[in-house]
Amino acid sequence: MIDLNLILENLPSFFGGAYGEPVLSTSDGLVMTFQLLGLSLLLGLALSVPLALMRVSRNKWLAWPVWLYTYVFRGTPMLVQLFIFYYGLSQFDAVRDSWAWEYLQEAYVCAILAFTLNTAAYTTEIIAGQIRNTHYGEIEAAKAVGMSRWLMMRRIVIPSALRRALPAYSNEVIMMLHGTSIAGLVTLADLTGVARRLYADSYQPFEPFLMAGALYLTFTFLFVWLFKRLEGRYLAYLAPRKH
Amino acid sequence: MKKVLVFTTLAALAAGATAQAETLRFGIDLNYPPFSKQGADGKPQGFDVDMIHALCAAMKTSCQVVPQDWDGLIPALNANKFDAILSSMQITPERQKAVDFTRKYYNIPSRVIGKAGTQVDQNTFKGKKIGVLRASTQEKFARDYWGKSGARIVAYSKSPESFLDLKAGRVDAVFVDGAVGDTEFLKTPNGKGYAFIGPNYSDAKYFGLGAGIAVKKGNKALVDRLNQAIDQIRKDGSYKKVQDKYFSFDVYGG
Repeated sequence: MIDLNLILENLPSFFGGAYGEPVLSTSDGLVMTFQLLGLSLLLGLALSVPLALMRVSRNKWLAWPVWLYTYVFRGTPMLVQLFIFYYGLSQFDAVRDSWAWEYLQEAYVCAILAFTLNTAAYTTEIIAGQIRNTHYGEIEAAKAVGMSRWLMMRRIVIPSALRRALPAYSNEVIMMLHGTSIAGLVTLADLTGVARRLYADSYQPFEPFLMAGALYLTFTFLFVWLFKRLEGRYLAYLAPRKH
Repeated sequence: MKKVLVFTTLAALAAGATAQAETLRFGIDLNYPPFSKQGADGKPQGFDVDMIHALCAAMKTSCQVVPQDWDGLIPALNANKFDAILSSMQITPERQKAVDFTRKYYNIPSRVIGKAGTQVDQNTFKGKKIGVLRASTQEKFARDYWGKSGARIVAYSKSPESFLDLKAGRVDAVFVDGAVGDTEFLKTPNGKGYAFIGPNYSDAKYFGLGAGIAVKKGNKALVDRLNQAIDQIRKDGSYKKVQDKYFSFDVYGG
């Protein structure tokens, strides 16, 4: 039987309150999940546009390192990457003595770092793929009006590729929302971390994880709806004719 | 007369056969050296594991050791994945709501590990970080004692991870079972420069009456059998044999 009281009593802790404190007083639960998600997606997207341009470059010295980076980060689980940043780096005295240690000693920073590099790798490939897919008509038109290579990239190729990347990118956002659930394994109390804490305190596995699952599901639907709206607006020119 | 004799022999044989066939399954978290760990050969080792075998020898049953991560032990017991938990679980009123306990099989105080020479009182860790094992008695105590005076309590799912982070400087101290801290950190090369700081903590309100064996609520028969077995191994010396293999002090307590 599901113990609704357990969920209700601990509802604040899922949304960010800890140990009876008011909601949003700490950065646990949903607050933590969305901080991790928001920051890593923003940084990842910012990184991936220049990286995608390098990836499609004809210059081997630009394209090859980016290929290696996306190959490595897409070829290994995000959990392994997180463990390497959190437990791996701290084993080196050189790292612990450097200025970076002030930041790297925080589990939060390690998680942001791992998540950002992971999502940047996937997003780079998504955008690079859409740059390659750019219709030759758009390029010819840009050349016909005498645009330089960079102006054409800035005004035509990148905006057009970003629009067409929307559907694939929405998948990446949702994968990252679910991916942040591993943050609990390096002492952070994100949504899954809070559920694990409740589970450990109450010895009841079903209710806390069910609640966490319901919240993930809710926000997944919200993101799907949001991206559908965005696609309706920015990809309208690709939709089949309605009349 | 002969018939009776045959009957009793058969009964004895049958009893012997059921005792042979019965296997007691013990759940244990293998991330708590020196009490429990996975040996190089992949087999469970440690004080708790040897204790299981000593108890089973006393009860004349065969035993199976079932590994399970710490925070899943009580739920798995209640789901019948094993018959008892022998995993350095402290007897506390909160846990007694979920499971039944035998009497203690050891009682060791908890200690703070930090940079050697540091003084410890309730305000020492204001604005600093203390590592604990998640859902342990140490976590509860640390949250109420140091947490209330401004310390950040960092919960780990495995105690070796807290030692790694102490060494790396991510936490300022680790609050841990004295025996675990001693053998697994302070006596290793990693523990150089660190020491037990401050007093023994054994407030029965938090740390209970020592570590006991947990069984499913209402399973009084098994509690009685295990209590008897604890008494027996205390008497016949097999308890001391296991203790002396791991510790140089009396772990049973007064």
